[in-house]
Amino acid sequence: MTPKLKQELRKILTGIGIFFVLLILDKTGAVPVVFHNRLLSFLLYLIPYFICGYPVVRKALLGIKNHQPMDESLLMVIATIGAFATGENSEACAVMAFYQVGEWFQSYAVGKSRKNIADLMDIVPEEANVERADGTVETIDPDEVSVGDVLVIKAGEKIPVDGEVLSGESMVNTAALTGESVPRSVHPGEQVISGCINGEGLLRVKASKEFEDSTVSKILELVENASEKKSRTENFITRFARVYTPIVVYAAVALAIIPSILTRDPATWIYRACTFRVVSCPCALVISVPLAFFGGIGAGSRNGVLVKGSNYLELLARLDTMVSDKTGTLTEGNFKVSEILPAEGVDPTELLRIAALAEGMSTHPIAVSIREALSAASDFEVNTRLVTETENVSGQGLIARAQGKAVYVGNAGLMTAHSISFHKAQDPAATVVYVAEEQRYLGAILIKDQLKPEAKEAIREMKAEGVRNIVMLTGDRQSVGDAVGKELGLDTVYAELLPQDKVSKVEELLKGLDQRGHQQGKAELAFVGDGINDAPVLARADVGIAMGSMGSDAAIEAADVVIMDDDLRRIPLAIRIARRTVGISTQNIVFALVVKILILILGALGIANMWAAVFGDVGVAMLCILNSMRLLRIKRSIGADQ
Amino acid sequence: MKKKFKCDIDCANCAAKVEDAIKKLDGVNDAKVNFMMQKFTLDADDARFDEILKLAVETGRKIEPDFSVEV
Repeated sequence: MTPKLKQELRKILTGIGIFFVLLILDKTGAVPVVFHNRLLSFLLYLIPYFICGYPVVRKALLGIKNHQPMDESLLMVIATIGAFATGENSEACAVMAFYQVGEWFQSYAVGKSRKNIADLMDIVPEEANVERADGTVETIDPDEVSVGDVLVIKAGEKIPVDGEVLSGESMVNTAALTGESVPRSVHPGEQVISGCINGEGLLRVKASKEFEDSTVSKILELVENASEKKSRTENFITRFARVYTPIVVYAAVALAIIPSILTRDPATWIYRACTFRVVSCPCALVISVPLAFFGGIGAGSRNGVLVKGSNYLELLARLDTMVSDKTGTLTEGNFKVSEILPAEGVDPTELLRIAALAEGMSTHPIAVSIREALSAASDFEVNTRLVTETENVSGQGLIARAQGKAVYVGNAGLMTAHSISFHKAQDPAATVVYVAEEQRYLGAILIKDQLKPEAKEAIREMKAEGVRNIVMLTGDRQSVGDAVGKELGLDTVYAELLPQDKVSKVEELLKGLDQRGHQQGKAELAFVGDGINDAPVLARADVGIAMGSMGSDAAIEAADVVIMDDDLRRIPLAIRIARRTVGISTQNIVFALVVKILILILGALGIANMWAAVFGDVGVAMLCILNSMRLLRIKRSIGADQ
Repeated sequence: MKKKFKCDIDCANCAAKVEDAIKKLDGVNDAKVNFMMQKFTLDADDARFDEILKLAVETGRKIEPDFSVEV
């Protein structure tokens, strides 16, 4: 609670206390001399009225002075003056007190929810410890750190700017940025990112970026600006308020004048008009929708999903088609030996050893994966001196001479070309490497790009969140693409695409969506990629989602939604958050409008009094705020078991 | 020049009204009153920035007496 709020609360409570004393004296008839005198009673009730309602009266007067009349403060004042005029002193006071209590709760709730959300983004480092050339350490503002400065980061401190570890080893907690609760270990030579919290060890870090260009500033900027990119619902409400407000003002004026002339009872009708006008205030509508979206953005950022605008939450909630890249997104992007098929009488480790020997120290992904498999299976080390010559056969593989024998390592083409008889391996998703020594076939090694372990679950969850069509685009062979698609349960696979084909495929899908999507109410397309080489597709899709982007400026720049680590399950989570957000904002609109219209009608008929009207204004706004805050309870349910 | 300040603004509707009015001031290129983050961003002519900032705050206070900016 801020000091300002505390002070206001004290005033309101004092006012209410005095009011109750007066009310008891009044109703019990304890001092008839005072309360039967209309003027004296009025003056007495004015005391709590002003203690509670002074800010309202002041605002109403300032509104008139600054030519901004017809706001709710002025209306409250007119309404209560009306009550005083008709001798309803206690009601005038009570309504003002009730209104102020409501207003107070509203600022308290808004302030609290704002702070709750802001705390989620509490990633800004307060200070930086810079080690000077003479070895002294100076504490400065992160803003003042220059590139090349050496920073000393103690245990438990936030890393102030992006940099490279010079010395020290530690586990850093990236939860505030990625939502990932398992700390990451860092060693000298590695990059660390600002906003992460240093665990146990002492780190010396060389600043590689200034504070302004560091990840933490970028993210903060992005989240702050996100609430400025308005969703359609927000724009609708703004437009609605623009039309609605003058209409209810005129209706209130008409309600005050016309029946007054007809019935010659102006007091009743002016009071009703004021009631009407108080309940008609659009505040609840105007505040509840952006607050819901802000809550959604906050919930996302706590879960490692940065959403760059409220509008993208809305689009995600109506997602029909999810288009994904394969390599690096659905798969790990690195090759691994998945199966070894030795010929009869050949030891699998021996097969690997011979293949690894022939491949030598090549950095080709296939050579690397064979070497890795070998070192996992035995402690044999490749002795490159045993290989006397190596010949690369383009498009087929290679022929090496090791320990005096010719070794053939390559595809079926290589075997056929040297008329070696071999067993064809049947796995469409794998790259097959056949190995032979002289004319003797030794066996085959199957190498595959590994699917991400969580990919299948993520796809299933996306389906559960209502995504109709999940499409994969890949430059890989059709057989590989189909196998991945089948294993993950994808709806469509487009393979053998060049990078520019991916853009045209997405455009084709967008066109298809336009034609069929409108009847379904779901017509959006998202593209998810690892942010490398797919900026044009990210931009073309309705929602571009970049994965594994922590610290990658290009991806953060190009995408609309940024998944901070590379856990695919954050995508269905983002869709869930988006749908909840849109749901809650719709509930708020419907609730506020229905209650308001109901009280408007009842007020005009004289059934609802000023109490109901004040509830219709501040009460409804408060309930909408509380409803929006439910969004913050969405916690990551994924990866908790890891 | 573009600068960001902490500000105090009580309601979303008022923030929008204040923002609209400040945008219309002479010398203001762009202005934003962000209710959620309680931030006021002013983009105005370099030479007269301080003067425009003062005017902007005054204008804002006319519409919403509780509007204040931490300079």
